Amino acid sequence: MSMLEIKNISKSFGKFEVLKDISFSVEKGQAVSVIGPSGSGKSTLLRIVNQLEKADGGSVSICGTPMITVDENGKSVYADPKTLREARLKIGLVFQNFNLFPHFSVLRNITEAPVCVLGMDKKEAEQKAMELLEKMGLAAKANEYPCNLSGGQQQRVSIARALALNPAMLFFDEPTSALDPELTGEILKVIRGLADEQMTMVIVTHEMAFAREVSDRVIFMDKGVIIENGTPEEVFEKSENERTRQFLQRYNNS
Amino acid sequence: MTTEEILSVTGILLDYLIPTLKVFGFTLLFSIPMGMIAAMLKMCRFKPISWLTNVYILIMRGTPLMLQVIAVYYIIPYLKLAEGLPAPLASVLAGIDIRSENYMFYAVIAAFSLNYAAYFAEIFRGGIESIPKGQYEAAAALGFTPVQTFFRIILPQVIKRIVPASSNEVITLVKDTSIANVVAYAEITLKARQQMQVYSSLTPLIIAGVFYFVLATVLTFLFSLIEKKLSYYR
Ligand SMILES: Nc1ncnc2c1ncn2[C@@H]1O[C@H](COP(=O)(O)OP(=O)(O)OP(=O)(O)O)[C@@H](O)[C@H]1O
Ligand SMILES: [Mg+2]
Repeated sequence: MSMLEIKNISKSFGKFEVLKDISFSVEKGQAVSVIGPSGSGKSTLLRIVNQLEKADGGSVSICGTPMITVDENGKSVYADPKTLREARLKIGLVFQNFNLFPHFSVLRNITEAPVCVLGMDKKEAEQKAMELLEKMGLAAKANEYPCNLSGGQQQRVSIARALALNPAMLFFDEPTSALDPELTGEILKVIRGLADEQMTMVIVTHEMAFAREVSDRVIFMDKGVIIENGTPEEVFEKSENERTRQFLQRYNNS
Repeated sequence: MTTEEILSVTGILLDYLIPTLKVFGFTLLFSIPMGMIAAMLKMCRFKPISWLTNVYILIMRGTPLMLQVIAVYYIIPYLKLAEGLPAPLASVLAGIDIRSENYMFYAVIAAFSLNYAAYFAEIFRGGIESIPKGQYEAAAALGFTPVQTFFRIILPQVIKRIVPASSNEVITLVKDTSIANVVAYAEITLKARQQMQVYSSLTPLIIAGVFYFVLATVLTFLFSLIEKKLSYYR
């Protein structure tokens, strides 16, 4: 059973087709990197799976449960609210801009969802949050407010916040793009650690060296289609595709 | 004026502090929830509702409060003059005495609330729209329901952002209560004018000014305390 199975997803904004017939799956314990030029639809794809955007056509299954199915015309049909809610909780999402809740302390940012959404006991949630903060090297910051943290620290809190709901997989949408280069490393280290623990992950990133090193598979998207879907070696070294080579060329030169 | 006269005028004005505070308090009581509703209606996706709400807000903010108070006050007397009203309505109208203190008070509160609700609506709407979309998305991705998202994530941040603008409105309202005197509602300013004539002196107006000044300053201080209390995050 795949953790995530995406079939023939399409999406348009008005007349503009952002995703065209996207299909791929993610197996348990895999880290899959999604690379591609700006505007190729990477974020939109993650957002559809997280229900922040609606698909026009195609289907999505999460941990074997259909979240979106298709009718006879291939149009997307959404599951009932309860199923959608459960599907959403199986995925932790980490944003480019962290999106921490500024009015909550670091600790409360992490405990709020387990307590309010899962109904976890507050003490238990706090204990779990402290363990996660420990793991992120931020135990000392538990009572700070997000505005007093560096970007790298905020992003680590947001990873802890996502992990606090015990998701089956984590999605990252350019987790280091809003960070100064010297802070990028600390986030990549955390993600590498999660990969070592066999966390299932989908990582949209512009960090090519990192994608190559950490992923089991790499997906290259351009203009709403998947051009490559293979091992890092296949995509980064052996690709015969003109567009792939051009894209990678640009990164090697910069 | 002698010290004794000043004390006596101060005593009289002090008695009329109550009606002034009544206008202030009841206007806040009604205009804040009305403003919330108007803000929601203006953000409504059904365009005619949003558009109508906007017309209301434009009129309220685009014309003088004094004019609005006079207009609301004279609705009933002019309705009374109208012909061909259904009998039940006519008899209700006939029973209203527009010289009564109660009628004046209701008219003033109605006009003030309608006017202030429009200002509060714009403040609330601005506050809600200033919250980044990412906050809603993060909350949704974490499984919060829309209601939880609004009350736990959005509203606390909105409140912090609207405190400065709201405090301006509230302080303006204290001073605007003096406008109620145009329909002869007996409050501090009306009484100060009467006392001015009694003593042929500006001093009663100065005393009234001190009253407003003290009220406005106390409110300024209270709001700065609230702002300080909310400054623990950015
Ligand atoms: N809500 C929207 N309405 C209209 N167009 C949108 C919307 N969201 C995204 N788009 C457009 O869809 C295209 C794909 O956007 P998307 O954010 O998925 O790209 P991306 O691959 O994540 O790019 P980047 O690397 O810059 O983040 C872009 O051209 C964008 O302008
Ligand atoms: Mg993107």
